[in-house]
Amino acid sequence: MEKREYTFAAGLPAAGRALAGVVGSGDLEVLLQPHVHGETRIVVNTSVDGKGAVWDALLARVFGGEPLPAASIVINDCGATPGVVRMRIEQAYEEQAYEELASGEQA
Amino acid sequence: MSTQEQLLERDSFIERSARSRARALLDAGSMRELLDPFCGVTSPWLPQQGVTAQADDGVVVAKGLFDGQSAVVLAIEGAYQGGSMGEVGGAKIAGALELAAEDNRRGIATRAVILFETGGVRLQEANLGLAAIADIQAAIVDLRRYQPVIGITAGTVGCYGGMSIAAGLCSYLIVTREARLGLNGPAVIEQEAGLAEFNSRDKPFIWSLTGGEQRYHSGLVDAYVEDDTVQIRSTLAGLFQRGLPARHRSSQADGFLARLAEVDASVQAAPETVRSIYSKGFSA
Repeated sequence: MEKREYTFAAGLPAAGRALAGVVGSGDLEVLLQPHVHGETRIVVNTSVDGKGAVWDALLARVFGGEPLPAASIVINDCGATPGVVRMRIEQAYEEQAYEELASGEQA
Repeated sequence: MSTQEQLLERDSFIERSARSRARALLDAGSMRELLDPFCGVTSPWLPQQGVTAQADDGVVVAKGLFDGQSAVVLAIEGAYQGGSMGEVGGAKIAGALELAAEDNRRGIATRAVILFETGGVRLQEANLGLAAIADIQAAIVDLRRYQPVIGITAGTVGCYGGMSIAAGLCSYLIVTREARLGLNGPAVIEQEAGLAEFNSRDKPFIWSLTGGEQRYHSGLVDAYVEDDTVQIRSTLAGLFQRGLPARHRSSQADGFLARLAEVDASVQAAPETVRSIYSKGFSA
């Protein structure tokens, strides 16, 4: 098990929370919650040791460009490839934008 | 409509995640999740053994309404650790069933649906998982005194181990063709009894003995449905309307033992033989 923590610059707080994915082989889950204006925090829990450089490069690529909504993100990884990680992060961001719609169902 | 169009038209239940299955069964807009993934109650044991913990420990507790009546859906996520029951996930199911029974005692008629996609106990959590399964079984027996407890096994994991006993305690069981229901999984039987007795790689053979269709025709489950969310929901509604069964399956142990005694264990079990013996019924 390896735990990695990151902080990136971000925009306005995310609109809501979202969950994407499942901790199955080659997959991961992304839990996203709104965070304070201007900062995104990420915690990665992964069962695959020794891939720190890959995580650093991947997350810098996703979060290092145009600021995304500020979020507190937990990634629980079970050996997902970088492409799958990126897709799940994007899925979580897409779903948080609709959270107000979804929360109607959860109320 | 062609077969292809029918397949595209159908709203698959199997392809849904546990959370999505629960939401699809409850009345639209009524679902509220208890101990949701953001509560952070996860398995303390898996990370110590190099396995990543999932935020909901693979169990979704969904409270809401079913046809306007208070209900709780307990959905096991088969994609996470084979739907195995650990300390946290097991406690979530047992606790929710106990609260439902308590609600019934207070005059709030609450019924439960359990979505069994599980290989049984989570080996990494050993006795804690077994204890949780025992709690689940006790809670089912308590709750079914008031309201039906209905189990659904859609697939593709199936329902095995201690959780198959929990399924056997339910008032009614619903299965699809893809479902399997059995105490020991194929690999375990092969390991214990030998390849000649049970070839765990022979999928048609496995399904012919433990698959949903066979279990339905052997009287061990109550409804055999397509992998179709609409049909599964309407079947569930029909069974709830039926109310409690006159006698629960688990109260007919003598009848089951009588049928079991008719099985000739000296020869390889054949699906047809099992069906013809079990279809005689279980009244002692």
